[in-house]
Amino acid sequence: MIYFDNAATTWPKPSTVVSAMTEFMNEIGANPGRSGHHLSVKAGRIVLNARENIATLLNVKDPMRVVFGMNATEALNLGIRGLLKRGDHVITGSMEHNSVMRPLREIEREGVEVTVVPFSKEGFLAPENIDEAIKKNTKLIVLNQASNIVGSILPTREVGKIARENEILYMIDSAQTAGCIPMDMEADCIDLLAFTGHKSLFGPQGTGGLVIGEKVDIKKLRPLKSGGTGSKSEFELQPDFLPDKYESGTMNTVGLAGLAAGVRFVLDETVEKIRKKEMELTRKFLEGASEISNLTLYGGCDEKTQTSTVSFNIKDISPSKVGLILDEEYDISCRVGLHCAPSAHKTIGTFPDGTVRFGFGYFNTLTEIDHALQALREMVKAR
Amino acid sequence: MSVNNMYVALFYSTSHAIRAEKIAKTAGLEVKLIPTPRHLSSDCGTALRFNARDKDAIISAFERANLDYDRIAPL
Repeated sequence: MIYFDNAATTWPKPSTVVSAMTEFMNEIGANPGRSGHHLSVKAGRIVLNARENIATLLNVKDPMRVVFGMNATEALNLGIRGLLKRGDHVITGSMEHNSVMRPLREIEREGVEVTVVPFSKEGFLAPENIDEAIKKNTKLIVLNQASNIVGSILPTREVGKIARENEILYMIDSAQTAGCIPMDMEADCIDLLAFTGHKSLFGPQGTGGLVIGEKVDIKKLRPLKSGGTGSKSEFELQPDFLPDKYESGTMNTVGLAGLAAGVRFVLDETVEKIRKKEMELTRKFLEGASEISNLTLYGGCDEKTQTSTVSFNIKDISPSKVGLILDEEYDISCRVGLHCAPSAHKTIGTFPDGTVRFGFGYFNTLTEIDHALQALREMVKAR
Repeated sequence: MSVNNMYVALFYSTSHAIRAEKIAKTAGLEVKLIPTPRHLSSDCGTALRFNARDKDAIISAFERANLDYDRIAPL
């Protein structure tokens, strides 16, 4: 079996991730930060460990600025719905996933002004287009750090500098990049960073969160939900400090045990080493695929300017058919269609049929890439 | 070690208390997380107990780490 759906969820996971979760369930199991007993304290230490590992990875000084939730989607919703109100203006790009596009379209109906800056058909942004879109009432710029379809990487820092010069908050969706592309919240001028645990951070599904930078006034960032936090229990009003303001209800501690181990794996391997391996895999695929006639590759087709996610189509065979043949005849798992990003597919010219997407991961091998290229050659021939 | 020689640090959240424990231990101080004593706060969280002689060392360790705390009180 060849697993090329790492852009959706990485798999397999490092064994330390699974053992951390098993150990939590077997030996700790208690509620983090609700009671003073020793199991509760142990559970709390696991959550702190996850916070600290994320903070180290992203160069964030205060781990309390890492707020956990379900995934990047929830974190993006918190940033978008928490900050923006009627009369505000927000800038995004045409390569966005629906995790940004849908909440924006919803608040647009409530009176928030939305500008979608066009990206090139290879999936790239010219930063000056952001500059030109800024208005007096622009409160937020929210962008995907890399496309979930063609992997094209955002000029993160250039946009960050524009945002900072104009005193506009800058939110990054790092779903496709955290753990596989070097990043630094401070140097990149990122104010809010949404991350998910289940992709290149090697955690389980149902983990993620938002890192809230020092320029964000949390009095102006409304939580998506309120409830029990284990703090200020004498008051019926939500506490107004980090991380509790945004962490109501018992958290996914078993998931965070796995996430802490996943991020630890990334820190030990180093993002640079992971990036190098993924670039090798991507280069090999792009070189091989570009030689197959009747196969169209999308995006920049250069491993240096993209992640290890690639998209293609085979002439006269629908993406869904290609996906089915790959699964049934070659035992290759990938994802086909629109990848929850209709605007991005419109940008690269593949709407409404979509593409076949391969998302290579750190545990894939060059031999697997060879097998996949052979499968594609055979499919083109049998067409 | 009598209770009279003990202090507790109180925090806004248990996340902070647990981080405080790590900071204190890293500084070589002997501390223990305990349920927040009812007479000090009605909070349902956790407090950090330590020996009175370490009070200044605890405060400076918290300050070095930029850790926010509510207050420090005799137990």
